[in-house]
Amino acid sequence: MELTTIWFLLVAVLFTGYFILEGFDFGVGMLLPVLGRDDKERRVMINTIGPVWDGNEVWLITAGGAMFAAFPEWYATLFSGFYLPLLLILLALIARGVAFEYRHKRPEATWKRRWDNAIFVGSLVPAILWGVAFANILRGVPLDAEHEYVGGLLNLLNPYALLGGATTAALFATHGAVFVALKTVGDIRARAAALAVRLGVAAAVLAVAFLSWTLTIRSSTAAVVLAVGAALALLGGLAAATVRREGWAFTGTAAAIGLAVATLFAALFPNVLPSTLDPAGTLTATNAASTPYTLTIMTWVAVFFTPIVLAYQGWTYWVFRKRIGVAHIPQH
Amino acid sequence: MDALDVARWQFGVTTVYHFLFVPLTIGLSVLVAILQTLWHRTGDEKYLKLTKFYGKLFLINFAMGVVTGIVQEFQFGMNWSDYSRFVGDIFGAPLAIEALVAFFLESTFIGLWIFGWDRLPARLHLASIWAAAIGTNLSAYFILAANSFMQNPVGYRYNPDTGRAELTDFVAVLTNKVALITFPHTIAGAFLVAGSLLVAVALWHLIRNRDSADTPAYRFAARFGSWVTLVAATVVVITGDIQGKIMTQVQPMKMAAAEGLYSTESPASFSVLTIGSLDGSRELFAIKIPYLLSYLGTGDPNGTVQGINDLQALYSAQYGAGSYTPIIPVTYWSFRLMIGFGLAAAAIALLVLWSQRKGRTPTSRWLLRAGLVMPILPLLANSFGWIFTEMGRQPWIVFGEMLTRDGVSRSVSLTEVLTSFTAFTLIYAVLAVIEVKLLIRYAKAGVPDVTPTPEPDDTDDAERPLAFAY
Repeated sequence: MELTTIWFLLVAVLFTGYFILEGFDFGVGMLLPVLGRDDKERRVMINTIGPVWDGNEVWLITAGGAMFAAFPEWYATLFSGFYLPLLLILLALIARGVAFEYRHKRPEATWKRRWDNAIFVGSLVPAILWGVAFANILRGVPLDAEHEYVGGLLNLLNPYALLGGATTAALFATHGAVFVALKTVGDIRARAAALAVRLGVAAAVLAVAFLSWTLTIRSSTAAVVLAVGAALALLGGLAAATVRREGWAFTGTAAAIGLAVATLFAALFPNVLPSTLDPAGTLTATNAASTPYTLTIMTWVAVFFTPIVLAYQGWTYWVFRKRIGVAHIPQH
Repeated sequence: MDALDVARWQFGVTTVYHFLFVPLTIGLSVLVAILQTLWHRTGDEKYLKLTKFYGKLFLINFAMGVVTGIVQEFQFGMNWSDYSRFVGDIFGAPLAIEALVAFFLESTFIGLWIFGWDRLPARLHLASIWAAAIGTNLSAYFILAANSFMQNPVGYRYNPDTGRAELTDFVAVLTNKVALITFPHTIAGAFLVAGSLLVAVALWHLIRNRDSADTPAYRFAARFGSWVTLVAATVVVITGDIQGKIMTQVQPMKMAAAEGLYSTESPASFSVLTIGSLDGSRELFAIKIPYLLSYLGTGDPNGTVQGINDLQALYSAQYGAGSYTPIIPVTYWSFRLMIGFGLAAAAIALLVLWSQRKGRTPTSRWLLRAGLVMPILPLLANSFGWIFTEMGRQPWIVFGEMLTRDGVSRSVSLTEVLTSFTAFTLIYAVLAVIEVKLLIRYAKAGVPDVTPTPEPDDTDDAERPLAFAY
């Protein structure tokens, strides 16, 4: 396999991992005002992701770094072209990251409410905008012959991309509800499970619509197979959620998100950012790539370190495998 | 004002701001790990109290470092896309490796450490803070290797077909002599901040409440922090000296700009105070120490140090007409403020050690006041060090290869970059106020009471509250 293909796959894997992992912690944040009826319940929710959210976010930093190292043209065009959405994502990630750490540092109700709002908005905004961004990557954007984005902001807010944003938000919210049901005990667990089913139906409708639309824009056999897989995984997850098999439900929503992201990358390949203007402006895994020397070095680094990272991150989930409930929340 | 100016201001503001939190994360992670190790080895409760106390301050600071760090990685692509295209083949690799090798380690094990007090065996819990500290310090190496390429590009060739710099020797990039010396200099600078924070907080409690049961803990923290500060200051001075000599070789203009040395001199004097004309071409008034600059720059008191005007003429001939001179007042003063603030922190550390000689407890109000400003001094020294080294490289973004003005994003409008600059400045300002207030609140609260943490036990009652929860 060519090095550029390997790195296309690795970038795809990193974003897939990012959306599966941070997907549920975005979901938990979005559902904070819905499922968390009082301070203790909100703390239960936040503490289900407390030990892991930061590690989940590093998937994004690694994906961004991998994109920069392996496909500098892609990184440069995408990040400068999608300027305002990325700015909003950054501001949201700043607010929610600080909120997790600072929320419990003072006892006042106002203080906590403000940070709760930061967590809610800071989770909702990226959950929508990542969908908008990835839909636009797939759909293609106006790039001139020098690969510069010439579309402006409104170009990014097309109906297909907005559907993409609604889909990721709904999928992450479902994934988050399933995760809360999986990681808690008591009343909140039952409510999260019930909400997961209702959200899941909405997410399934949106996801099927979005993936079908996607396949009309560009497609491949692999993309069709993956899209069908995503739909089936989501339905399976929903069925499991209905009968309160929370582990299977979470496996289902995780697989659905992973397969949906994989669908986008499979449909996109070998392009990485198609141009809707001049075909010469289209960025591909070949013309956006670094030199074979750089890609070779990075491949060795990835081959050596990725299994180590997966091992210790997986172990973290094992360490914090116990469910928590309001009884576990200390006084301060 | 155009998009380039705003993009530069944004980079300056967000980077200096980010680096207010980084030194404390780098230094304090190790110091907290040492405190916890002492507790683990001796079982003395005061070390556990200090671990938890400084651990809290560490985490309040850590959160800010993490979230402001994401901005740094995105900013290259957002505001500096032509720079990213030009150097991506070289510069992207250390960034990606930093994330994969260092940030995962840091973030995952910090999570384990924060929440793991009752979930992990004591040894593993201790190993977690060490793993996080190692990750943090490792991350500094990769990002400094990337920065060092901008100061002294090595291990690459310019490819005229692709119009970009391409990697030819990755080991050369990682062992860039600028990186090898900048790393210990930066790490020592970080320990200067962390040691100073230990001292400041401990001193405040020592002087305010002399007969507290926790006095032994604070005494230890004040002395430990002072020694860390002094050792760090020594390393900063030694590495800074070597750095100056390397800088004279690879970026002579930066050395000349640091000194306001307009004409080549051998031997060259060190300027205690130079006032130049505003356009930076002439010296109006100066107080100087003979031979010192020659020694600092070359190791030989009679060595030749090139001057700004001669280098400007040389670069004009080499790279074409244009100004190759940084803004002299900025480089000149940032260089001096870096040195001055760093030495001031070391001086206070000496005073603190003196005040505790032979078991005495410090009482002086003046010492208290000095102690309170102490952590701010090395923070300022760090900031001015970065301002110096980045402004001293101008007008280059990659020395000798790409001008800063050629690196900016062409597709980003002035409105967009102004929006982004304003948004970051506002949110950073608000968060700075919140962060400092929280730090003061938790510093004043003092060391916590420690109840013995139960060892993890899978069979115990599931209703027991968590040892720590957000």
